[in-house]
Amino acid sequence: MTSDNGMPAPSDAAAAASRVNDFVIKIANVNGTGSASANGLLMKSLFRMGIPVTGKNFFPSNIQGLPTWYEIRVSRDGYRCRSGQVDIMVAMNNETYADDLAEVAPGGFFLYDATWPRDSQLSRKDVTIIGIPLAGMCNEHFDQARSRILMKNVAYVGALAALLDIDMAIIRQLLNETFASKAHLVDANQAAIDLGFQYAQEHFSCPLPLRLEAMDKTAGHIMIDGNTAAAMGCLYAGATVGAWYPITPSTSLMDAFKSLCERYRVDPDSGERRFCIVQAEDELAAVGMVVGAAWAGARAFTPTSGPGISLMSEFIGFAYYTEVPIVLVDVQRVGPSTGMPTRTQQCDILSCAFASHGDTRHILLFPADPHECFELAVAAFDLAERFQTPVMMLTDLDIGMNDWMVPELTWDDSYLPDRGKVLTAEELAEMPDFHRYADVDGDGVPWRSLPGVHPNGAYFLRGSGHTERGTYTENSEEYQRVLDRLERKFETARHALPAPVVETSADAQVGIISIGSCDGAVREARDLLAGRGYALNYLRVKAFPFSDEVEAFIAGHRRIFVVEQNRDGQLRRLLLMETQATRQQLNSIRHYNGMPISARDIVEDIGRALSQEAAA
Amino acid sequence: MSFIRKPTVTNSRLPKNSLGLTRRDYEGGMSTLCAGCGHDSITAALIQAAWELELVPHQVVKLSGIGCSSKTPAYFMSQAHGVNSVHGRMPSVATGAGAANRDLVCLGVSGDGDSLSIGFGQLAHAMRRNLNMAYVIENNGVYGLTKGQFSASADVGSRAKRGETNVQPPIDPVVTAIALGCTFVARSFSGDKQQLVPLLKAAIRHRGFALLDVLSPCVTFNDHEDSTKSYAYTRRYYHPAIHADFVPPAQDIKAAYDHGEAMPVELHDGSRIVLRKVDEGFDPSDRARTIGFLQDAAKRGEVVTGLMYIQPGQDDLHDVNHTVPGPLHSQPYDGLHPGAEGLRELQQRYR
Ligand SMILES: Cc1ncc(C[n+]2csc(CCOP(=O)(O)OP(=O)(O)O)c2C)c(N)n1
Ligand code: SF4
Ligand SMILES: [Mg+2]
Repeated sequence: MTSDNGMPAPSDAAAAASRVNDFVIKIANVNGTGSASANGLLMKSLFRMGIPVTGKNFFPSNIQGLPTWYEIRVSRDGYRCRSGQVDIMVAMNNETYADDLAEVAPGGFFLYDATWPRDSQLSRKDVTIIGIPLAGMCNEHFDQARSRILMKNVAYVGALAALLDIDMAIIRQLLNETFASKAHLVDANQAAIDLGFQYAQEHFSCPLPLRLEAMDKTAGHIMIDGNTAAAMGCLYAGATVGAWYPITPSTSLMDAFKSLCERYRVDPDSGERRFCIVQAEDELAAVGMVVGAAWAGARAFTPTSGPGISLMSEFIGFAYYTEVPIVLVDVQRVGPSTGMPTRTQQCDILSCAFASHGDTRHILLFPADPHECFELAVAAFDLAERFQTPVMMLTDLDIGMNDWMVPELTWDDSYLPDRGKVLTAEELAEMPDFHRYADVDGDGVPWRSLPGVHPNGAYFLRGSGHTERGTYTENSEEYQRVLDRLERKFETARHALPAPVVETSADAQVGIISIGSCDGAVREARDLLAGRGYALNYLRVKAFPFSDEVEAFIAGHRRIFVVEQNRDGQLRRLLLMETQATRQQLNSIRHYNGMPISARDIVEDIGRALSQEAAA
Repeated sequence: MSFIRKPTVTNSRLPKNSLGLTRRDYEGGMSTLCAGCGHDSITAALIQAAWELELVPHQVVKLSGIGCSSKTPAYFMSQAHGVNSVHGRMPSVATGAGAANRDLVCLGVSGDGDSLSIGFGQLAHAMRRNLNMAYVIENNGVYGLTKGQFSASADVGSRAKRGETNVQPPIDPVVTAIALGCTFVARSFSGDKQQLVPLLKAAIRHRGFALLDVLSPCVTFNDHEDSTKSYAYTRRYYHPAIHADFVPPAQDIKAAYDHGEAMPVELHDGSRIVLRKVDEGFDPSDRARTIGFLQDAAKRGEVVTGLMYIQPGQDDLHDVNHTVPGPLHSQPYDGLHPGAEGLRELQQRYR
C-alpha cells in the first residue's frame, strides 16, 4: 500500500520495530534473464559491508522462461539457514505476483516493476507496496533489447541500495572489479544502479525501517558455493584424473575443477597438461574410468548425484572388493528417480552407505558447508588411499550450488598426500612372493602395487572370489578370509575418520543428532529452543562408519531428535543399524519438500514433543 | 578350486628375445576353459605376439570384462598387471588406466557378449576417443559362461545347441568399428595363428584404438552343425582378403617380402605393417568400399579376415588432451596446486 504522495505508509507491524541487519530479501524472477549477476552484486555488497549473508537460489529444471527465486538472508547473528519468512520481496515476475505477495511476512515490503502498475491488485494491508518502473526507466535509458532486460535487474539493486542503505561506494568498487577491462559495462551497470537508486530516493522515504548498517562480521570469511570449494579440495589433494557425466547439481564441480586445472596445471611453454578430465558416456563409464585410473595409481574422482550413484553401484562394489581407492562426490538432489533435480535433499545416505550388491559398506563423509567441502575433499583422497576403498563425500544441492559465507580456506604447505600402503619397485624386488590381499600389519589394510612398477607386483585384479594372493578361488575358507579382513579394515577406518562436531551444554539429557546442511537450522533451532527453556545438546556426524563419540553421545542422552532432510529418516535408520541406539530413544525430525530446512521446521516439532513430554 | 600354477620347467634351450625372456615367461596360469575352446588358441597367439614384440611384461596391462573369454588374461603374462572388471565395462577401466598412465601397453580381451550387448556403448566410446589400446573380441556367437544363449553376433539362421534358430540380424563388430571411425580394424580366426599373430602385433603397436575381432568357436555350446561360428563352418567359408605382416622398426621390408604386391603402412614408432592383397576388390584405406565389400561377403556367408581398415597417425586421447609425458601419478605434487599463498590469492574473488 502506498500513500498518495508515493511514500510508504507506515503499516502496523512495520512501524513496530525498525530491524537492522536481520531480515530476508527474496527476488522473484524469470530464469534466463540474467538476474544471477544482479543478485550476486547485491549479496556481495552486503558481505563487503561486513554483514553476514547467505544466498539461496531456487530455480526450475529448465533453461529459460520459468519462475526462479533468490533468497538472501541478512543475519547480524550469523545464522546461515533459511529463516522461514520473507521480509522484502522484489517481484520481477508478474506470473508469480500473487504467490510472492502472499509469502511476505506481515509488516514486510513488496517491490515490483510498476512500469505496468498493479497497485490495485496487489492489495495487502499489512504489506507495503513499492512500485518502481524498472523496465520503463531502462527502456528509456538503454538501446539494446538484451541490455534492457539485464539492466532492469541491476536497477532493482540500485533501488534496494537506497531503500536499505547499501554503501554505494562498495557497489561501485564491485562493478569495477567485475568488469575490470570493460569500462563501458561498468558505466552501463552504474547507470542502471543510479536509475533505481534515484527513483527510490525521490519517491520513498529511505531507508526503510528494515535496513542495513555496516558491521565487521565478515572479515576472514569468503562467499563461496560448495561445488567450487570441493573442486579446490580435489585440486589440492592432487587428483589428476576426473571422469564425469553431467548431472545437476554436481556439474559445476567438474566445471570448477577443470578451470582450476587449466589455471594451475598447464605448462606455460609447452601447453602440456598435468591432468586428464574425461567426459564419460554415462555414469557407469565415469566410475569405471575412476576405478581404472585409481588402480593405475592416479588420484581420481567423479562428481555425481543420486541417479548417477544408482548407475555406479556395480562398480562401487567392485572397487570395495578389489580394494581400489576411488573418490565420489554425491551432490544430493530430490529423488526418487528424476525427482526434482533442482531441489535439495539428503536422500542418498542409505544408498551410498551400502551401495552395490553383496556385503558392502562404504566410508562416507558429510560436509556441512563449502569450507568443509574443501577440507573433506582432501580427506576423501587420503582416506581412500589409506584404506584402499571407495570414499563418498555427500553434499547436497543447497551446499553445492548456493552461496555460503564461510571462514576463509587455509592450506598447510607441509601437507603431502597420504598414498597409503603402496610398495615401491625396490620393496617389490625384495619380495618374490607378493600377497595383494594379506593382512600383513594386522590392521586389515593390505599392501598394494601399481602397474608398471615391478613384475613382482603383478596380480590380476578381480571382482570374483579371490585369495589373499589375489588369485581366483571358490574355496569357502579362502573367500571368507578376505571378506573378514575387509570388515577388519572397515573397523580400522572407523577410528580414523573425521570426528563428529559435538556441542554440549550443561547436563542436558535431550540431544539432537544431525547431518550436513541441516547444521545452520539446527544451531538456530537450539538457540530458539533455549529461549523457550529447552536446552539440547548437539552432535553432527561428519562421517560413516560412526565413531565411538557418536556411540557415547547416544549413550549419554535419554532422548535424541535426529534431524535430516529426507522422508524415511535415513540417518536415524543408519544409527539404529550401526549403533546401540534404541528405537524409543531416537525421534525423527524430517524435512523433505525440496527447500532447504529452516530453524522453524525443527523448533515446532521438537518444541511440541518436549512440551507433550512435560505434560505427560 | 584355487589358482593352478603351471610347473616351472626351466629349459635353457628355449629361444630368448632381446630382454632375455623365453616364450614361457609370457605365459600365465593354467587355463580352466573347455578343452578345444577357441579362446585358448588366442591366448597362445597373444603369448607369441608379446614375446616377439619383446613387451616388458610388467608394463603391460591386461583388462577384460566377464565371460569365458574375459577369464583368459589370467592365462598369459603372469608378470603383467591385469583387471578382470565387470561385465561389459572393461573399456572404461582401460580408459581410466590409460588416462592415468600413458606409458602402459594396454591390452583388452573381451567376448561378443561382453562387447556387443552389455558393453556396446562403452566399446563405441572407447573407439570414439581413440584410446590407445588393442582390443580383442573373442567372438563365438554365444554367451559361453552362461551356457550358450545367442549373443548379438549370432548370424541369422544359426541354430543353437538347444534347437532354437536365431532370427535377429547380427551386429558385426568390424563393420560397426569402421563406421564409428575406429583407426585399426581387423578380423581373424583362432585357428589361424599365422594370420593372428602378426595382426595382434600390429594391433598392439598401433597408436590409437585397434579392434581385433577373432572368431573363436565355443566347442561346448556353438560348434555343432547349423552353427555359423563352428570350426567347420569358419574353415569352410574362410576368406582371407588381405594378409598383414608386422615388421619391427629396424627391419627391412624387402627382407620380409620378396614377392607379391606389398603395401607397407608405417606406424608411429617406425614399425610397419605390410599388407598383401589376396582379394582384388579390397582396399584397407577406403572406409566406404571396405564396408561394402564386407557386407557383400556376409551375404555370401563368407568370413572375410585380415586387416580391414587402418588409419595411422590419428590423435589419441592424450594427444587431444595435451597430457604431459609419463604417468600422471608420478607428477610432482608441488606442480599440482598453488600452495597456501595461491589459495589466499585464489580466494580474492570470493570476497
Ligand atoms: C551385470 C551382469 N549381468 C550378467 C552377468 C552374467 N554373464 C556372465 S558372462 C556373460 C556372457 C558372456 O558372454 P561373452 O562375452 O560372449 O563371453 P564368452 O563366455 O562367450 O566367452 C553373462 C551374461 C554378469 N556377470 N554380470
Ligand atoms: S563354454 Fe565355450 S567359450 Fe566357454 S570355455 Fe567352454 S568352449 Fe570356451
Ligand atoms: Mg561369447
